[in-house]
Amino acid sequence: MNDKNKINEMGIVSGTKLPDLDPPLSTVGMIGWMRTNLFSGPLNTILTLAAVALLTMVIPPMLNWTIFDAVWTGGSDACRENPNAACWTFASSWWEFFLYGFYDKSERWRIDLVLWALYVGIAFIVVDDESRASRPTSTILAFIISIVTAVFVSMLIRHGAPTMWIFMGGLLTVGLVLWAWGLPNGRSRIGMILLFGFPVFAYFLLGGGVLGLSEVSTSDWGGFSLTLVIAITGIVASLPLGILLALGRRSEMPVLRLLSTLFIEFWRGVPLITVLFMASFMLPLFMPKGVQFDQLIRALIGVALFSSAYMAEVVRGGLQAIPKGQYEGAQSLGLSFWKMTGLVVMPQALKIVIPGIVSTFIGLFKDTTLVLIIGLLDFLSSVQTATTNPEWSIKSVPYTGYVLVAIVFWVHCFGMAKYSHNLEQKLHTGHKR
Amino acid sequence: MAKVTASAPPKQSFSFSDQKTRGQIYQFITIALLIWFVWWIVDNTATNMNDQNIQFGFKFLGTEAGFGIIQSLVDYSEESSYGRVFVVGLLNTLVVAFLGCLLATVVGFAVGVGRLSSNWVIRKVSTVYVETLRNIPLLLQIFFWYHAVLKPLASPRVAHKLGDELWISLTNNGLLLPKPVPENGFGIVLIAFFLGILATILVSRWAKKRQMETGQQFPTFWVSLVLILGLPFLVYLVMGSPITMQPGEMGKFRPLNGLGLNIIPELMALLFALVAYTAAFIAEIVRSGIQAVSHGQTEAAHALGLRQGPTLRLVIIPQALRVIIPPLTSQYLNLTKNSSLATAIAYPDLVAAFAGTVLNQTGKAVEIIMMTMAVYLTISLITSIFMNWYNAKSALVER
Repeated sequence: MNDKNKINEMGIVSGTKLPDLDPPLSTVGMIGWMRTNLFSGPLNTILTLAAVALLTMVIPPMLNWTIFDAVWTGGSDACRENPNAACWTFASSWWEFFLYGFYDKSERWRIDLVLWALYVGIAFIVVDDESRASRPTSTILAFIISIVTAVFVSMLIRHGAPTMWIFMGGLLTVGLVLWAWGLPNGRSRIGMILLFGFPVFAYFLLGGGVLGLSEVSTSDWGGFSLTLVIAITGIVASLPLGILLALGRRSEMPVLRLLSTLFIEFWRGVPLITVLFMASFMLPLFMPKGVQFDQLIRALIGVALFSSAYMAEVVRGGLQAIPKGQYEGAQSLGLSFWKMTGLVVMPQALKIVIPGIVSTFIGLFKDTTLVLIIGLLDFLSSVQTATTNPEWSIKSVPYTGYVLVAIVFWVHCFGMAKYSHNLEQKLHTGHKR
Repeated sequence: MAKVTASAPPKQSFSFSDQKTRGQIYQFITIALLIWFVWWIVDNTATNMNDQNIQFGFKFLGTEAGFGIIQSLVDYSEESSYGRVFVVGLLNTLVVAFLGCLLATVVGFAVGVGRLSSNWVIRKVSTVYVETLRNIPLLLQIFFWYHAVLKPLASPRVAHKLGDELWISLTNNGLLLPKPVPENGFGIVLIAFFLGILATILVSRWAKKRQMETGQQFPTFWVSLVLILGLPFLVYLVMGSPITMQPGEMGKFRPLNGLGLNIIPELMALLFALVAYTAAFIAEIVRSGIQAVSHGQTEAAHALGLRQGPTLRLVIIPQALRVIIPPLTSQYLNLTKNSSLATAIAYPDLVAAFAGTVLNQTGKAVEIIMMTMAVYLTISLITSIFMNWYNAKSALVER
């Protein structure tokens, strides 16, 4: 009692709780953030200022060149008048060539149909299915699919596709989506269809010669659709081959192990260019008389062998990550080697390495540009061809062409990388120990 | 006491259900198929080559090439042989690969550390760099540098007048720098340089030993800097600067050959693209390597009283390098293999000069492609031997 009075008299300690003070202005809000993230020391201050100075020097001219000063309408004359900015009319006048190459004009709807199926399938796989029942993801998916459908149906009509095919394509798309929607793991079903059913569908539709479709020579294929053909063939062929090679490399039979190892290390040790040269110059010599491959098939064989070696290493990584107990468990249940592999080991291994497979695919997708060296008209090559057109020999056109190709590749590769990253994080949760 | 006799294992009769027997049968079938396949290919090739009147053999390597090469590190003229073209191409590949690895490492480490910087701007710029450049095909980047940046530069004829002395000139003919010409006495400078390196090794050994025994530290870094750079520089001054810089000189159409040091635009474009592309991958490797060292290591080092510098140098970096070096080596290998894209812009590397021009002239597809592939296989074999050695050396020794 006495003590308390004393304290109150002295007035050093307040008898009641004082309100909390705000943190110092320099540690919170905008200023605090800038102090910790931009100006936390002399070195950081200099770096920040230098970087900002550099960015102000680089970004505005870049934006001006690509967007604000760019030529968006008119023909080549408009670009000739304004050669110091991007010439997007170059892209809009040539886009059909960039997408279809020399594919018959009257048959281009077949490519549209294939692309439609491809992009709807991709949208279905990419949009998260765990919460598909919940409203937002379903809405996003439906939205994306309707946009893709609208774009490709309008292109189908533009290219004069037979109504029957548009109708069939639409029915198939809607049917598949509805079918997969109701399934608990619809995404993996669609994935399987896309991986194994789609290439067959695309092969017959693009090549023709069946169902009353006229045949289109592969030498007429070109543009971005050719790039997709090479990349998808590469990945579809390399998966089974790569799985077999990976199993061979981990086999207990020394001959198989040695052969698989040699095969894998050989293809991984040489550049793709030499593989393409080999496919282009040596493959015809290897074949008996009368067996002729066209240039595209040769390139596809080269790409498939090359990427299967990389795929084998990815799959092997997955196989090595499966604990020994899984093998032993399967064996103790009396499963044969193939049943053990197919039912127990491989599903787990492949699930782990999906990100690795995607990044192999990204690498392959970028490497498809190399086929222009052996004379195929892929996307990059078609753009380069167009820039040499005398009507378009304008200073800004080659730059515009390169920027266009860069953007298209970037969108696809970055999208796949992001998807693979998300998948990795999602798959990771179940295996944390 | 029953006598235990070791009975012989039951004699194995041939049975297809025995795994071992089956394995042997499979392997036998594989070998048979392989032999048949190889024979089939060789037979087809021999028949085809016979029909087309092509002889297999490496005699063509002695034939005169008859074409010029725009960059060669060894003496080469149109009268040189195809074998010489192979050497020139190989050296050109190695030059690009060496310079590319060196520069890509520097850029890659800078960007990789930048991605972990506490500075927000640097972090974002580094991220944008990595995410942009590694998602654009390398061939496109090479084309961009070559066709869009370097080729549109002014030609030397426009930029310079006849007889101009060219100290530094960047035209669509490439970068021209003065050429250092060693004179008498330069050998002594070189000797001083190597002596400096030797002395540094001795000093650092002695300093380490002394620190182990007495705990006293010695400023090894500064002393070695003086020994390696200062000593040769001093000798250089004493010898009366035995290097002259020889500038280029403008001829009628282009700078005169042999004067000045010309870096051809093909090399520059290839190098820029390879470095920018590979550095994006190296940056990711460096970032993940540093992040792989757990934060506890830093805290423990601080708790022991190490300052920030020694913590990085003695604790973090050695552990991070263990994670970084194997994928880094495979990036070096990738860069070397990717340098073969030179053929798209006609930089005379192994693929462009040998597997391109020589193949077209001689038609010796099998021999030439075999030789080219053998070179790349050798390089990757050497790299993987190094990797295995390094992995064995740096493997964690655990209890």
